[in-house]
Parts: sequence; structure tokens; C-alpha cells
Amino acid sequence: MAETERVPTVVVDDVHITYKVHGTKGGKGSATSALSRIVSRRPSPGVREVHAVRGVSFVAYKGEAIGLIGSNGSGKSTLLKAVAGLLPASRGKVYTRGQPSLLGVNAALMSDLTGERNVILGGLAMGMTREQVRSRYADIVEFSGINEKGDFITLPMRTYSSGMGARLRFSIAAAKAHDVLLIDEALSTGDARFQNRSKERIAELRAEAGTVFLVSHSNRTITETCDRAIWLESGTLRMDGPAAEVVAAYEEFTGKKPGRKPAAKTAGKTAAAGAVAPTRPTT
Amino acid sequence: MSQTTTSAAPVRAPEPPPPGASAPALPDDLRALAARHGLTESGARPTLLAYLRGLHSRRHFVTALATARLTSQYSQAKLGQLWQIMTPLLNATVYYFIFGVLLNTKDGVPDYVPFLVTGVFIWTFTAGTITAGTRAVSGNIGLVRALHFPRASLPLAFALQQLQQLLFSLGALTVILAVFEQYPRPAWLLAVPALALQTVFNTGLAMIFARLTASTPDIAQLMPFLLRTWMYASGVMWSLDTVFKDEAVPRLVRLALECNPAAVYIDLMRFALIDSFTAGQLPPHVWLVATGWAVLLGAGGFLFFWQAEEKYGRG
Repeated sequence: MAETERVPTVVVDDVHITYKVHGTKGGKGSATSALSRIVSRRPSPGVREVHAVRGVSFVAYKGEAIGLIGSNGSGKSTLLKAVAGLLPASRGKVYTRGQPSLLGVNAALMSDLTGERNVILGGLAMGMTREQVRSRYADIVEFSGINEKGDFITLPMRTYSSGMGARLRFSIAAAKAHDVLLIDEALSTGDARFQNRSKERIAELRAEAGTVFLVSHSNRTITETCDRAIWLESGTLRMDGPAAEVVAAYEEFTGKKPGRKPAAKTAGKTAAAGAVAPTRPTT
Repeated sequence: MSQTTTSAAPVRAPEPPPPGASAPALPDDLRALAARHGLTESGARPTLLAYLRGLHSRRHFVTALATARLTSQYSQAKLGQLWQIMTPLLNATVYYFIFGVLLNTKDGVPDYVPFLVTGVFIWTFTAGTITAGTRAVSGNIGLVRALHFPRASLPLAFALQQLQQLLFSLGALTVILAVFEQYPRPAWLLAVPALALQTVFNTGLAMIFARLTASTPDIAQLMPFLLRTWMYASGVMWSLDTVFKDEAVPRLVRLALECNPAAVYIDLMRFALIDSFTAGQLPPHVWLVATGWAVLLGAGGFLFFWQAEEKYGRG
């Protein structure tokens, strides 16, 4: 491999994503109509297709941290899910090095099991050995800060607040070196101290030659964590470049239209992580 | 560490994008670029061999998940792990009163209580594994989306948990058998291959239903009815052998009942554990049938599950 060419980790080649949204016409319809639909394999009348991403192309390289910005419903989370392989691209292709991990806001791991079990099982699921999990365990728990306010790690994960859950999930996922780590608003629920720690961890992951994608509605988080930013608007790539420049352009764009952005997008997302991500304008 | 790209120059060095420009210059052929660097298509299904290898590397995950679920299962109940044994025993008691006493199916079945309890426990193993399988993927979407691992680990772990649970029940069963003067003897060793075959069979079914419910959750609603129907056809609380004494049973029905895998596994266990249950009560070629079902469902279920590997967690 030549020194002149940087090593790509994610190649997004003219990707279009459409998905079906169910229940756009209220309810599920009557039982008989549902049955005839199943028999005739016709799509439900309440289903509408949403063209969420329209022909986006970019290449991400080793060691980059890329922020995805754009107004609500611009296709950021959808694009991340396609990179993670959780949504099929209806046109175009996504190529990745290794298997990307996607951290979303409401992705619970195993909610009935204790935090402790989640750490161990999560590590094993990612392919760590028992010894590796054992040696990293204390670090993971400490990093998550779950035990700062008492012995929470031995409680079932369903008893955690959303912030605690998100912190533990990030700590588990970040314990392993990833080729590509996708973070969808997962850090916004953590407190300031945790956000700082996670910024450091993202920097480390980049140093280990991984690529980190970050969706955030906090422009400051993007500029502080990422060196590059991609601005999506209405499913198209509007700008791709150094984080500071892109964020500045985005701020100018949103500044021109005070209040909420026009609802350019047709529909909400599926019940997906970070779908209707709360805007947290910390700037 | 040959490259250091920590500087804030994300695009290829020659042309930094003018502010406001839509995107930096991209390599002409993205597909070729991806291929040159060995990137794989995201969300593509791994080959069967790679999949098996990945599954093997997650074996500790499978066992740890099964044990964790087993121990947490009754963590909210006051009696805790005691329910592991209480549930099947209570079931057996209910069936004893309904079928043994009220409907009097115990007539003509020697050692009816061991016969019934063995049947209930072995049936519960199959029914429990299938039910667990329906939730293996659909109930763990968060885990599936957040971490990457071969998804077959989930139905495997759930099936293993059911096997662990069965071992608890078998502990209770040996006590019940002893009460009815059935003591351990060499023939009990036959229980090991019978259980092994049943486990493979169950796991295959769990994988099939894991995939089906992942795409069509409605199937989970149907399962209780399917399972109940299957149970009544499997001779859990009566002896199929007694039914066959009636010459009026059509040949095809008889053949279907004899080849019913649940009935086969139940009868093999009875044959192994209960003295008065003789080889004459077993359908012909019983070990062959038991092995056939295990191989067919075990391998078929795994292949069926693997074919949708890239789709789990979508939607």
C-alpha cells in the first residue's frame, strides 16, 4: 500500500436510501383488510416510502473523526444505519473495513441483566476473550462512571437512567478498538464530565487508526471532537470539509432562518435510535 | 501507524475544498478504491465458513449469556431459583389431576406418574426452547444493533439456557422416579444420546422461529396455539401405544404420530428411565427417526437462520 494514498475505512458510493413508514394513515386498518393484504401481498395503504438519503458519496479514512450535522430529519441517522449495515441502500453501495458498530441513544443492551453482566457479555459479544474482559472490566466500569453514585453496576440495567445506560453502552463499545465506530447522539445524554472523557476516548480510538462518526446537534461537540464534518440537508450532501468550516457554514445557514428549520423532510424516522434527537444547543 | 492524519485536513491534500463547496474531490471510481483496500460491502452476509468461525469464537459469549439469563430469570420472584423446579412440578401436578384422575388416561399405563412427569419435562424442554427462540432476536434488537457478533449466538444461548433448565428438572425427576421405585440403572445412560439429539432438534427449531419472528412478530402470538396442538398430539399425558391398540386408527395418522419428533424424544426418555416402558412400546426405527429429525432440523434451522443474517436488526 502506497504511502501516498490514505487508507479508506468507509466508502459511501452514491447511496440512496428509501424506507417504508407504516401507519401513516392512522391505525393498522381493520383485521380483514390486513388479512387480504397479506394474502394478496399488496403493500398496506398506510405505508409511505420516504426517500431519506439521496445520492450521498464520501470516503472516510483511517484516523478521522467525522461529525455529521444537519437539521432534524436530514438523513444523518439513516446514513449511519446504512454504514452499520442496518439499513439496505436502495441504490449505491456502502463499503466498510470490518464491521462498524453503531451506538444509538435508546439501544438498550440486556436490560434485565445487571450492568456487570452487560459489561462482561458485551465484551464477549464483541469477540474479546474472557481474560481480556476480565482485565478491562475495572476500566470499563470506571470509565462509565456508573459507580460514582453508589453501587449501581450490580443493579439490572433497566433501573438505569437513560444517561447512565448510554454511558455504560459507550464504555463497553469503546473498550475495544474499532475500525469504524458510529455514535448517534449517544454522548449527548452524558454529563459534562463524561462527555470530556468520551472525547478523550474518541481521540484514542482515532490514534488506534479507527474512524469515528459522530452525530450530534451540539455544534461545539462536533468542532471539539471531529476534524472533519459532513453536512446533510434533505438527504443530500451539502458540504464536506474541515469541521470548523462546515460548522460555521451550517451555523450561518441556520442563523438565517431563526427558529426551527423548515420541515423539509416528509416524515419522521422509524423507531430508530436518535430519530427525533433532542436538540441540545450548547453553543 | 504509517499514516498520521490527526491534522485537520480531512480531504486529500492537493485541493482543500473552497468554503461553501458541496464536497471535496472524490476518487473517480469508489468501487475500485474500496476493492483495492479490501473493504467489504456493509451489511453483506458472511460466508458459511466465516460465519461458523465467528460463532466458534463467540462460544464464551453463548455460554455466559445462557447462564446469565438462567440466573436472572427468577431474580424478581421471592422464591427465586426454586421456580426452576417448581414450575415443571406444578405443571405435572395439574396434568396428573386432569388427565390421570379426571379423564382417567392412566388406565393401562403402568407407573403413570413417572410416565407423565417424564413426558411433561421433556415436552417442556422442546416447547420452552421454541418459545425462547421466538424472542431470541426480536427481544434483543438493542444488542443486535449496538454490537456486532454472529446473530446465531442468540438462539444458541437461549437453547442452551433451556437445556440448563432441563437439567434442573431432571434433578427433580430422579427424586420423583425414586419415590416410585425407579432407581438409577445402566439403561439410564440411554438418556444421554436421546437428550443430545433432542437438544440439536430444539436448537434448529429455535433458529427457525427466531428468524420468522424477527421479520414477522405476529408469529409469536401464534406459538402458544401451535405448541398446545403439538403437545396433545405427542402423547405427553397418554400413551400413544394404547391409542394404537385401536385398529381403527388409519395407517397414515399412525405413521404421522409415530414419526412426530416430540413423541419420539419423549418415548426415548421414558424407555431409558422407566422400567415398565419397554422397547415394544417404541415405534419402529426409533433411533433412526430421532437422529434424522435432529440432523434435518439442526442443519436446516442453522442454514435458514444464516440466510437472513444481514437482515437482523434492520427496520
